[in-house]
Amino acid sequence: MYVHDAFDRRLITERVEEFRDQVRRRLSGELTEDEFKLLRLLNGVYLQLHAYMLRIGIPYGTLSSAQLRMLAHVARRYDRGYGHFTTRQNIQFHWIKLENLPDAMAELARVGLHGIQTSGNSVRNVTTDQWAGVAPDEIEDPRVWAEVVRQHVTLHPEFTFMPRKFKIAVGTATHDRAALRIHDLALRLHRNEAGDAGFEVMVGGGLGRTPFLAKTIKKFLPKHDVLSYVEAVLRTYNQFGRRDNAWKARIKILVHELGAEAFAREVEQEWLSIKDGALALDDAALAEIAARFRYPAYERLADDPLELKKALATDRRFDTWRRNAVARHRMPGYAIVTLSLKAEGETPGDATAAQMDAIADLADRYSAGEIRVGHEQNLVLPHVRQQDLHALWRALDAAGLATPNVGLVSDIIACPGLDYCSLANARSIPIAQDLTRRFRDGDLARGLNRLHINISGCINACGHHHVGHIGILGVEKNGEEYYQVTIGGRADEEAALGKLIGPAVPYGEVANVVEDIVAAYVELRERPGEIFIDTLKRVGIEPFKERVHAAH
Amino acid sequence: MTSPLHQKIKVAGPVVVTANRLTDGAVIYRTTNGQWTTELPGAEVVTTSDAAMALLTAARADLVRVVDAYVAPVVLADGSPRPGNLRERIRAAGPTIDLPASAATSDVHVCA
Amino acid sequence: MQLIKGGRIVADDFARLADDVPLPDSGPIIVSAARFLTDVDAFARRAAPTGVIWPNDRRIAELAPHLERLAAVALVFPIFRDGRAFSQARLIRERYGFRGQLRATGQVLRDQFLFMLRAGFDAFEVTKDADAEAFAQASRRYSVFYQPTGDGRATARASRVARAESDSLPSGPLL
Repeated sequence: MYVHDAFDRRLITERVEEFRDQVRRRLSGELTEDEFKLLRLLNGVYLQLHAYMLRIGIPYGTLSSAQLRMLAHVARRYDRGYGHFTTRQNIQFHWIKLENLPDAMAELARVGLHGIQTSGNSVRNVTTDQWAGVAPDEIEDPRVWAEVVRQHVTLHPEFTFMPRKFKIAVGTATHDRAALRIHDLALRLHRNEAGDAGFEVMVGGGLGRTPFLAKTIKKFLPKHDVLSYVEAVLRTYNQFGRRDNAWKARIKILVHELGAEAFAREVEQEWLSIKDGALALDDAALAEIAARFRYPAYERLADDPLELKKALATDRRFDTWRRNAVARHRMPGYAIVTLSLKAEGETPGDATAAQMDAIADLADRYSAGEIRVGHEQNLVLPHVRQQDLHALWRALDAAGLATPNVGLVSDIIACPGLDYCSLANARSIPIAQDLTRRFRDGDLARGLNRLHINISGCINACGHHHVGHIGILGVEKNGEEYYQVTIGGRADEEAALGKLIGPAVPYGEVANVVEDIVAAYVELRERPGEIFIDTLKRVGIEPFKERVHAAH
Repeated sequence: MTSPLHQKIKVAGPVVVTANRLTDGAVIYRTTNGQWTTELPGAEVVTTSDAAMALLTAARADLVRVVDAYVAPVVLADGSPRPGNLRERIRAAGPTIDLPASAATSDVHVCA
Repeated sequence: MQLIKGGRIVADDFARLADDVPLPDSGPIIVSAARFLTDVDAFARRAAPTGVIWPNDRRIAELAPHLERLAAVALVFPIFRDGRAFSQARLIRERYGFRGQLRATGQVLRDQFLFMLRAGFDAFEVTKDADAEAFAQASRRYSVFYQPTGDGRATARASRVARAESDSLPSGPLL
């Protein structure tokens, strides 16, 4: 992971002092709420239904054990003993007091954590694949590029007051685990025919009231030009993005209204003026950043060590978990372990302070002190020796972190919804919890294969419902909670937006509709192993609609 | 956009004025003597649009203690106001789900 | 309204001329873009400095041909959330090499001063007296900057390189 130096630390510390002064000025009345709101959002501070919420950025989803312990400490000291991991690899605390925020931020700053630009009309957390650096199918570690971009856009004087938020994702793997095409700007590293590595640049993705998938505006951008090109995109957006209507202010609307080609030309023209200037990257600049990424000293190990084989043969529950939650690592003898934060009846993505401390200890013992946060709201230990898997699993099991439902129907992605959020129309968490109970049977859930359910409590789509295999959107109808259900969304390299399966249904009916959709899938699939999204692609939505409609 | 101070409030039943407390974001309700309480039963209830407008205007003038004041519906039970919709029920009573730390999490200890 | 120039509150060196007021023969004036463009030569004929207020929704490229004759350009923040003038400022300084007074007008918060300085502004119309008095402090709020702009402040990278060269002890990441 990236290791901060004295300059990184000083910037964060200066930011905390600035915020402390801004809080003082707000409490004394020197700043109006309108002025303060913009400033506090730039530090990730929201006002929700019950309390302030603090969103802490976790750059490219990578945490050290020391950082995770500090998050646990903040949860205990300043909040109610837990935190919520989000769909953008960040963490949220839901019960923070404004008057405590500067102190909480000062403590977080000691381990290099902060909320800079996790909200507001600025460039947000640069996200990537939670398996970065250890996945077998990537060209190089995307986090180095994410860090290059992150530094550039942090407290950038030109791009802090943009028309709307701006979300960037970086990917370097064949399989897109970073949901690239739902981002305002996506950078996909790949090789051209000559074997050189460069970026496909995509812009204009985004969910919400008018969802769009990002469009390619440059097929191959040489690596060293990435910063100047990002600057050109941001400058074009800052100048020409709409400012008259918050619902039409994202770059996706600008790209749509201009057309991708016209937009690309505008960016290209700006880029040509700056590409050979101060933002041109050279190997030394890249090496300097890359040098501050620390990797574990991997041992030379063989796959499938004897201890592992024996444990798998004798411990059925461990075997079940391993098949579900453990993925191949690029280093022989190692494994990538996913910790499910989706236990039955629990809030998706929530972890208690005790669990965070336990995970930090396990990371030190089994994962070179490193943890990852995925946009599916689960955590990852990325450097586990296969010979340690059994011992690790026993500890995770004791801590409620080993539910073998990763990627399954009960591994639900949900925003906090109306239980917390002042933007919401309807609740999302109880729906998710109900579904985890209905699909608690492990054999049943496994039999349904990979199946992603996403729930958003309002059209802002923080639950990414548009790209769920099954998407659930909370709306309000006559003062009651109603939900639109869609199917067919995908967030990967074949990204797609889901389609409505029928009219909106009331709160009490949602889980029934999901069960009907699942039943329809089981009936329509041509073999047990055909996954939901492939069945849907094969037969189309009509057979699903008919069966769900007939059941109601 | 019409300034909130000039928006016409249409009141169809009993209402209160509610906001968030600046210092900690807690849910608060305007009382009869121009103060604020965290307990809804202590809130001033009004029933006409004019009274609601007046109450809201006075509340909004409190720039240092409160944030985002607005008019919220209530229902009266034995003369005492109760939340008038789901959002207000959640604001008054908290999330409808158990908070994770209050669930039975065993003392997690990782063996050395 | 206070004007800050050179880091201090000063008297305004330019007079704002409304569109319907005749051009005075002498004295520095600032006029609207519309008026300026209607008769550029009239301004050139005056022996005194001219400044123009350029709206934040027009490209700086349109103003570029006239920059040589301008002593000042005022850019507009209609509301503090609207940051278009930051891009305009950088373009006018870094693309077109403008060396005259670059003034920030409109709704300007002290929390934006340092961003504005980095973008190339050197004069600020400030509505809150408290903000004007805090200018010096606000402009020193940060000492570390990641990205280069035209302001010449050292970037973190440059500082790292300089420190590595000057330290006799090995420098590097803090763990």
